[in-house]
This record gives sequence, C-alpha cells and structure tokens, in this order.
Amino acid sequence: MANFVMPRMGADMTEATLVAWKVKPGDEVSRGMVVAEVDTAKGVIEVECFQPGKVLELVAHEGELLPVGAVLARILGPGESAVEAAQFAGEHREEISGVATAKERAATKAVPAPARKPGAGAVSSSDRQPITPRARRMAEQAGLDLANLRGSGPNGAISVVDVEQAIKARVGNDTAGSRAVAGPAEPESAGRMRRAIAAAMEQSNREVPHYYLRTTVDMKAGLDWLTQENATRSVARRLLPVTLSLKAMGLALRQVPELNGFWTEGRFQPGSGIHIGFAVSMRGGGLVTPAIHDVDQLSLDHLMARLTDLIPRARTGRMKSSELTDGTCTLTSLGDLGVAAVWGVIYPPQVALVGTGQTALRPWVVDDEVLPRPLMEVTLAADHRASDGMIGAKFLETIGRLLQSPQAL
Amino acid sequence: MSRHTATEIREAIGAAIGNIAPEADWAGVDKQADFRRILEIDSFDFLRILVELSEKLGVDFPEAEYGRLVTLAGLVAYIESAEQAAEG
Repeated sequence: MANFVMPRMGADMTEATLVAWKVKPGDEVSRGMVVAEVDTAKGVIEVECFQPGKVLELVAHEGELLPVGAVLARILGPGESAVEAAQFAGEHREEISGVATAKERAATKAVPAPARKPGAGAVSSSDRQPITPRARRMAEQAGLDLANLRGSGPNGAISVVDVEQAIKARVGNDTAGSRAVAGPAEPESAGRMRRAIAAAMEQSNREVPHYYLRTTVDMKAGLDWLTQENATRSVARRLLPVTLSLKAMGLALRQVPELNGFWTEGRFQPGSGIHIGFAVSMRGGGLVTPAIHDVDQLSLDHLMARLTDLIPRARTGRMKSSELTDGTCTLTSLGDLGVAAVWGVIYPPQVALVGTGQTALRPWVVDDEVLPRPLMEVTLAADHRASDGMIGAKFLETIGRLLQSPQAL
Repeated sequence: MSRHTATEIREAIGAAIGNIAPEADWAGVDKQADFRRILEIDSFDFLRILVELSEKLGVDFPEAEYGRLVTLAGLVAYIESAEQAAEG
C-alpha cells in the first residue's frame, strides 16, 4: 500500500488547496489517471496518479489547504489485500504506543510471513518522521510546520499529544504558521504566483552556480523551409518557428544528456526522457513552464499540436500535474517580445535553461560576403555543478547545427 | 461560402480576440495600428485568432498576407476581398 502525497509541481510550489476528488474509495486507478483537482498559485491543476492500484482511503478533504508532501489518499497496490491494508491502517490510527507496537509486530513478522512486504509495518517511508494521520491533520489545520516538530515516540514519531503541546507552546510570532492559518486562497492569486516565482528564482540564484553561453544562429534555412511548408498548409495546420527550436533542443539533449536532468542530493540524475518545459507567460502577469513530453520523438506537426493544446490551458491555469513535475530542461522563447537574447535563471532542480531571442535581419558573413540574414541568439544558462563550459558549448553548437538543417527536424 | 456583412466580420474578429485577450477593449483600438502590440498578442495567439476566423468565416489566410492582417482595418479588408474573390 502506498501513500499518495501532494506532488511538488514546480520548484516554486509549496502548497495547494484540494478542490475536488475525482475518485472514491474502491475505485481502480491507473498511471496517468486524474484523481483530484488542486488549486495552486498557477491555477487549477489536474493531479494524476502515478501508480496503478485501488483507492483505499481518501485522507485529505475537499477545501483543505495542504503542503507539498501531505498525504492525500492511500492506494492499495495491485495484488495487495484490503484486509492486510485495513489492519495496517487500523494499527496506524492508534496513539503512539500503538504505532510502536505495530512496527515491532511488523518487524518480527517480516521473517516468518514473506507475504507482508518488509517495511510495510513502518509508516510511509516517504514521510520524514512517522506521524499518525490524526496528528498530521491536526498539525496541518493548525498551520504547524511538521519539519519542526519533534515527536516523543520511537524514531521521533509524532502523536496527537505532541501536536497539542506544540500548538500550546507556539507564540503568535510563527509567521509560517500564521500564513497557513490565514485561510485558503489569498485574495490576489497573481500576488501569490509572483511570490512563489520569486521564492524559486531566489533559491535558484542562491544555490545554483550558473554559467552562461551564447551563440548566434543563421535561421535562413529554417525560415525558408518553414515558409515553403506553410505555403502548402491552411492556417489550422501551420507551423510556428518555435517548433524548430523545441525539436532542435530535444535532439541536442539526446546528444548531450548531461544537460537533461536534475541536480538533487549532491549529484546529477539524468531525466527518464526528454521533457522540455516551455515557458508561457500568463495574461496579467505570472509564468508557468509546463512540460512537453518526449520532444525528441515528436514530429514538428505533433509538437505544434501539443503547443496548441498546452498554451491556452497554461495561460488560464488549467494544467495537469505531470506537465508541471516532469520537465527535464526548459526553453524560454522571448522572440515575440523583441529581445535579442535571454539570460535566464534555471528552474531548480533542472540543470539547464535555453533562451531564444527575436529572429531579426542583421549583417552576417557568408563565404567572404556580408549579407543580411535572419539571425537568432540562442543562450544557455547552466548549472556549473552538473556541467562545464565545454559541454554547454557542445550543446549550443548542436542546436545551431540542427536548426540549419530543418528538413531533418 | 456566403458573404458576411461588415458587422458580422467585425463581430467575428471581436469574438476571436476576446477569446485570447478577454480583458481587451479591442473596439477602442486604432484600426490602423498593429493590434498585436497594443493588445500584447504574440505569434501563437495571432495564429489562433486567424484559425478561429478561418473556421467561422470560411476564409484562409496565407502566410504571405500576414503583414496586411496585423491591423483591424487590414483584417476586415482582407476578409471582405477574399469573400468577394471567392464569389466572383
């Protein structure tokens, strides 16, 4: 059995309000299925399940404001019996002495009864400290930061008694607590988003040693090819130049996988696929970077269709959780706004950010002649812990080369 | 494909822009000005507007004509002449 927790949908997310459950106890769930809707600073997100199973219990209530990591529901894995899980859940609800007993029982049972998974008796391994559901709910409603809570039970396990004492001991100065207690949504969601983005950017700038590289790409071949293509297509099937940038970036990440992934726990962890976050600005301010999955494998037509689906939803805050959690690298395309080049701040825990500026006719040397060419600046902001300039340079050079052979994209 | 009145064309444009920029007072925009810049509409949204107009009015917009379509006056004029051409 597993705890289904509130996912962190972006580096700048710390909490969300559960708006609606889309499943009930007893329902079968599969990977990718939408199980709930949550309201975040970026809008209402459809939360998808990432493992198959059956819903055992809905722990969080509609309308509750919950931090990232909070248990939302309990899901029975395929092949697990409801009886075993109910027994575990029943033991789980006991006070601290009861939980200790369950753990001890599980530890002794693990050897003679292999059907019980090792560690199943312990409270969810995804939690930092063991805590009973009742105590957790009480702590969350009171706006207590569980990370600061010391439990009195074995392994620092937290009971209802611990939470009650912590609430009494808290003096009004706890700003984190009072912010949570202040109620669900703050009146101005644009302000919330701004603060969330600010926090993520601040963290990134503080913790990530950035290095920056820039290259100039002659887009004549790319744009000529696009013009030819689009002349044969009605408006509904036209391709935008940004699809070339996305595909080139996806293919380049295949060749330079050191920039496709995350810096976590002191080391680089490669992404499971090439899922490029696409920066979308929202009307009225705000920025989201939902990911397009497997960019390197999509045709330009398919990429255009993904953008057509994604951008309007992103602008109005209707995204899926997988779009917000799965990005392995990000593209910010500011060409339409007329800027020449972008020097960005990486979205943690990613290790690279590609920026493209406006494509503009400028003088360029071609075979000893100076000719007007449509030039585009492509920039890279990269995490120096994960890569060195050589890797970054190879990456940019690859993007430039791919953009100049559009028929191969 | 039937011809639309100037009013119908303007309303279709207004509806298409409204879907992209609901808060915009598009009717108050200078008809000779580049409405994309004024209403902060990027290339993706501009294409969406054209797609919607194409579906509603049955007109296509070749890329080569985009330069004429960035003002409200130009957009209306293009649609009218395209419909006229289709009939004649």
